[in-house]
Amino acid sequence: MEAQPTSLNLQSASRSWQWRKVKDVLMRRVVQFGGISVIAAIALIFVFLLSVVYPLFETPSTQQIASYQVPGDENSKSIFLAIEEQAEIAMRVSDAGEMLFFDVTSGSIIYKHSLPIAADNPIRSFQVINETLGIMVVGLQSGDLLFFRHHYQLEFTETRRIIHPKVSYPYGEELFQVVDGPILDFGIGENEDSISILLRTDNDRIIFKSFEKETSLIEEDVTLSPLDAITLSPVARVLGILVDPEQEWGYVLNKEGNLLTFDIRDKNNPELQENVRVTERDVVPTSLAYLTGGISLLIGDSEGKLSQWFQVRSEGDLRFKLTKIRDQQIGTAPVISIVAEQLRKGVIAATEAGEIKLLYTTSERDLLSLPAGGSAIRNLAVAPRADIFLAENDAGKLKVWHIDNHHPESSMRALWGKVWYEDYIEPDFVWQSSSASSDFEPKFSLIPLTFGTLKAAFYAMLFAMPLAICGAIFTAYFMAPRMRGAVKPTIEIMEALPTVILGFLAGLWLAPFVERHLPGVFSVFLLAPLGVVLVSLLWWKAPSRWKMYIPDGWQAAILIIPIIIVTWLCVSVSPYVERWLFDGDIRIWMSESLGVGFDQRNALIIGIAMGFAVIPTIFSIAEDAIFSVPKHLTSGSLALGATPWQTLVRVVLPSASPGIFSAVMIGFGRAVGETMIVLMATGNTPVMDFSIFQGMRTLSANVAVELPESEVDSTHYRILFLAAFVLFIFTFFFNTVAEIVRQRLRKKYASL
Amino acid sequence: MQDIKTKKPGFFKSGTPWVWLNAGAVSASIIMVVGLLILIAVRGLGHFWPKTVWEFDYLEYGETIVLMGERSKVETIPVSQLQSSGRTYDFDQEFVERTLLKTGNRDVYGFDFKLIVKPNEVKVRKPEDAIVFERTQWGNFYGYLQAIREQGNELSIDSSMLWNELKKRIKRVDKLRERIHEIEKEDIGAINYKIEKLRLQQRKIELLGNLDKAELDRIAAQKVAYDEEYAVLKQELDSLYADIKRDSVDMQVMTGQRVQISLADILKATRPNSMGVGEKLLHYFINLKNFITEDPREANTEGGIFPAIFGTVMMVLLMSIIVTPFGVVAAIYLREYAKQGFITRLVRISVNNLAGVPSIVYGVFGLGFFVYLVGGRIDEWFYPEALPAPTFGSGGLMWASLTLALLTVPVVIVATEEGLARIPRSIREGSLALGATKAETLWRTVIPMASPAMMTGLILAVARAAGEVAPLMLVGAVKLAPSLPVDFNAPFIHLERKFMHLGFHIYDVGFQSPNVEAARPLVYATALILVVVIVVLNLSAIYIRNHLREKYRTMEQ
Repeated sequence: MEAQPTSLNLQSASRSWQWRKVKDVLMRRVVQFGGISVIAAIALIFVFLLSVVYPLFETPSTQQIASYQVPGDENSKSIFLAIEEQAEIAMRVSDAGEMLFFDVTSGSIIYKHSLPIAADNPIRSFQVINETLGIMVVGLQSGDLLFFRHHYQLEFTETRRIIHPKVSYPYGEELFQVVDGPILDFGIGENEDSISILLRTDNDRIIFKSFEKETSLIEEDVTLSPLDAITLSPVARVLGILVDPEQEWGYVLNKEGNLLTFDIRDKNNPELQENVRVTERDVVPTSLAYLTGGISLLIGDSEGKLSQWFQVRSEGDLRFKLTKIRDQQIGTAPVISIVAEQLRKGVIAATEAGEIKLLYTTSERDLLSLPAGGSAIRNLAVAPRADIFLAENDAGKLKVWHIDNHHPESSMRALWGKVWYEDYIEPDFVWQSSSASSDFEPKFSLIPLTFGTLKAAFYAMLFAMPLAICGAIFTAYFMAPRMRGAVKPTIEIMEALPTVILGFLAGLWLAPFVERHLPGVFSVFLLAPLGVVLVSLLWWKAPSRWKMYIPDGWQAAILIIPIIIVTWLCVSVSPYVERWLFDGDIRIWMSESLGVGFDQRNALIIGIAMGFAVIPTIFSIAEDAIFSVPKHLTSGSLALGATPWQTLVRVVLPSASPGIFSAVMIGFGRAVGETMIVLMATGNTPVMDFSIFQGMRTLSANVAVELPESEVDSTHYRILFLAAFVLFIFTFFFNTVAEIVRQRLRKKYASL
Repeated sequence: MQDIKTKKPGFFKSGTPWVWLNAGAVSASIIMVVGLLILIAVRGLGHFWPKTVWEFDYLEYGETIVLMGERSKVETIPVSQLQSSGRTYDFDQEFVERTLLKTGNRDVYGFDFKLIVKPNEVKVRKPEDAIVFERTQWGNFYGYLQAIREQGNELSIDSSMLWNELKKRIKRVDKLRERIHEIEKEDIGAINYKIEKLRLQQRKIELLGNLDKAELDRIAAQKVAYDEEYAVLKQELDSLYADIKRDSVDMQVMTGQRVQISLADILKATRPNSMGVGEKLLHYFINLKNFITEDPREANTEGGIFPAIFGTVMMVLLMSIIVTPFGVVAAIYLREYAKQGFITRLVRISVNNLAGVPSIVYGVFGLGFFVYLVGGRIDEWFYPEALPAPTFGSGGLMWASLTLALLTVPVVIVATEEGLARIPRSIREGSLALGATKAETLWRTVIPMASPAMMTGLILAVARAAGEVAPLMLVGAVKLAPSLPVDFNAPFIHLERKFMHLGFHIYDVGFQSPNVEAARPLVYATALILVVVIVVLNLSAIYIRNHLREKYRTMEQ
């Protein structure tokens, strides 16, 4: 619409007209700006959620930041490389017993330290005990071990931070006699109580030795008291030996591909538990390492594959069995070096051809591969924060990469598929986002939450749909207008009731009530409809004189009293029923004779409480759809002699069914997103059990509980945003479909 | 061709039972709504009624003991259920009446509730002189007044006069307590606030690097002045504290023990058993008033909910100020200015759907966008001196209001659009035909006529916002806010502060509190207040809307 100027052509009028025109344009601009900005704000929700979620699926990137000759003595070989927390200083341990600290980016030497080892007693083997504390051990020709540690001191000056590398010896500088022969290979595990060592000495002898720790209370000094060394059966061509920190299992892998598992839980009597072939025929293992946490073994083979193994307890005889969990391809050449990230279950592995690959075990993501450099990579190191890694190749070159790899834990598979987590007996859907321990494997399966959401919505709809749709039919089609005028506001009030109140009543009043009157509650669902039919029969038979007093369309009012009576009867008879039929306690009876567990805050409670919340939504929309069926359609049907019920079923419902359908969709959308009721009226445990007597954890309640405590921009945080995004998309989709159906219906009615 | 039968169809054939079943669904829904409202009303209102204090001779483990307290819940349960809890009873009936007795005196007995069964109640009395104390800590106290002490010395007062004397002395303590509260909360609170401001000023100067000696000296001098002011107040406070602790009472509890209680701990003393209905009614309203105007005590399980009411009102007000102009302008744009085409239709559907998007999603957005992104930036730019403690970078009143404004904007848009759509075309055309510009037509005729619709939208938005809890859990509602978002310290309105909210209070007290049993009546009372607010708001919206419909109906004719 465009306002036309008047044709009067007076000077003053024209001036005022101009001013008015300016105002008109101004208002148009303001309104346009305001309107568009509101719409933009709404779009912003979508865009922002997406922008937070997006990095979860981003491919990590790396950038080579330096490359230099390995610092230090050229004649010695590196046996270990490490980077400190700030990723500024790296450390190299050489086979000559020299510790060298150098700048990560330039390779310039900062500090040198020689281990107290005699020249005629060369290092034969090496292990890291504790990555976070930096404790390492070397095994010597003389059969001794030496424990040493690298750590760093931060100093802050006015302008910058200086890091001072330190070397110390947790058990003193003396050597530790373990065995008579040279220590050629060993695995070592340490916790607060003991240290266990599984080693190979000359003639392929395998020896187990452990020490008990005694901490004197006063000086906090630790003394080690050795237990007798135990000689186990010899193993030829050993590739590697490992012992886990808790000292439950010792592993010896030989170069043919046989992995021997020793049960070392009894320190005086280690036993061979099993001998497993870890590679296929004609393939041999080429490297062995622990994944962070010391539960999973990583075995690289000559075909360029990396496989993950851990002990799985079989369901039948409860025996542990080393099981291959998954394997991932690293490259084409044999995998010769493996390094695990310290804080996550990520791995960097390299091959003989110089290929490097970043991968993540839990999510089975191949994050990144770096092209083959030609020269074999024998040593890898990754910074504790996993943002820098080093690779040393046979040519003596050290390359440094910067990695951007923030969310390797998430993948479609980890979020929506079954994942075999450490210590689980089989692949499963699990949501367990955090734990007290630091080397915990987060379990981010959204399936249990989605399942819980759908379960809650299902039971709510089961309760709400019949009541809401039947109620809408009666209100729209049969009810007397005056009563309708009272019922509709009541339902609107029902819609407006805060869900926190419904949740609170459901959790604190309804749940204990239902628990005490379970048979009564179920019989209400059964007997109330029967009671209604009975009343209708009585009314049918009643003399017409009675019916004069109450005109047609007031049935709902008549029924209030009978329904209350039936409910009251059911509830008050409930304890007797429980006593006679279920031995006094239906919960015990159910768990004993049906094997059904009972949770006080269960899906039944949710069904009723959330059903209550969605009834008005469904009711209002369905009622609207039925009420706006054109009157001439029903009049025609009635005029042809159909009863009101026949008219309803054959004429009204078919034409209103799209509207009822959209009502159900919108109700479902509301049930899916409802937070407070589920938060307060369920136990919030993410179980996957469809039983009506068990609780659940929904996406929305999970977000409400966990988001305030999750670290900003962590994977957990982003996954919770993803959960919110899923809810957003889900409800938006359902509502849009419902809205389109309704608009079509309106058009149809208008044309009729 | 069928014969035309005039016979009435059968009961089932006629569809009567189905019609009735449909009617039953309506009745069931109505029963549920009304029942729920009645349940909340009865439980919530019952909380304030002075309850009778009962005294029992009670048989326990073969011995008769004396119990005293209020009956807080009475239920009938099968005997077998009692037995399954481990105790053996030999009653001949199948069901027993079990009472949850609120014995109070948690500090004396170590418990404040006890389950008792009817058959073991040997004798029940209603002692006239039983006294109930509401205390600042440890919950209620029940007992008999034995003596009053001043400075630890027993006063020689006739026992019949004791009660009146106690009331007098409690009044005195009340006055002292009020003064203490005034000093602690207002005077000392203000000084602390100013000292904190000074600290931030100093930090800001340090951060800027140009160490202005004069300014620093001024700050130091100011701080000394405040410290002196504080010392004066502290002295007054100490003397008040000494004063308030002057009196104490000797009470006898149900176990026969004599307990001394300082009057400083007693907030209110009543003898409910000797009250008439009128007096009880008076106390009822006093309790109700206190509930609404007082601060919570004892981890929110006792006392009032004033900060929660205040927080809710502030948040809703702020939200209304934000949501009304934007919602109305967006609706006017969509209905009056935007080209009615596919895009507009799409936008309209989206706006409609947003009303159905789960509220928690808005909370997530609010936390990520407003709190962390915008709030974090604001802190970096404007409040670097307070870092790492966040100012706007953590949940607060402003972010909560903005989040809820976003949540309720579709409600306002939809209602306003509906109002605009209802205005007959003839009115707009009339105005334009008289030479008014489009802006004038809108401003002078269309908007005034649609204003009740906007009002309806706003009321519905407010009702929705007042009851919404899930997003607030993420963007700033807390279980206990140290100070109100509005006070006498400049700039008076503190938008960054965290606040308490009625709905969140219900969730927190009902589900997170350490003593759920004691807090339960309070939760019902809080729920009642929230429900009343929301029902009243909705009814007024419904009324305005119906009124409006009538108006347009007459206009169209």
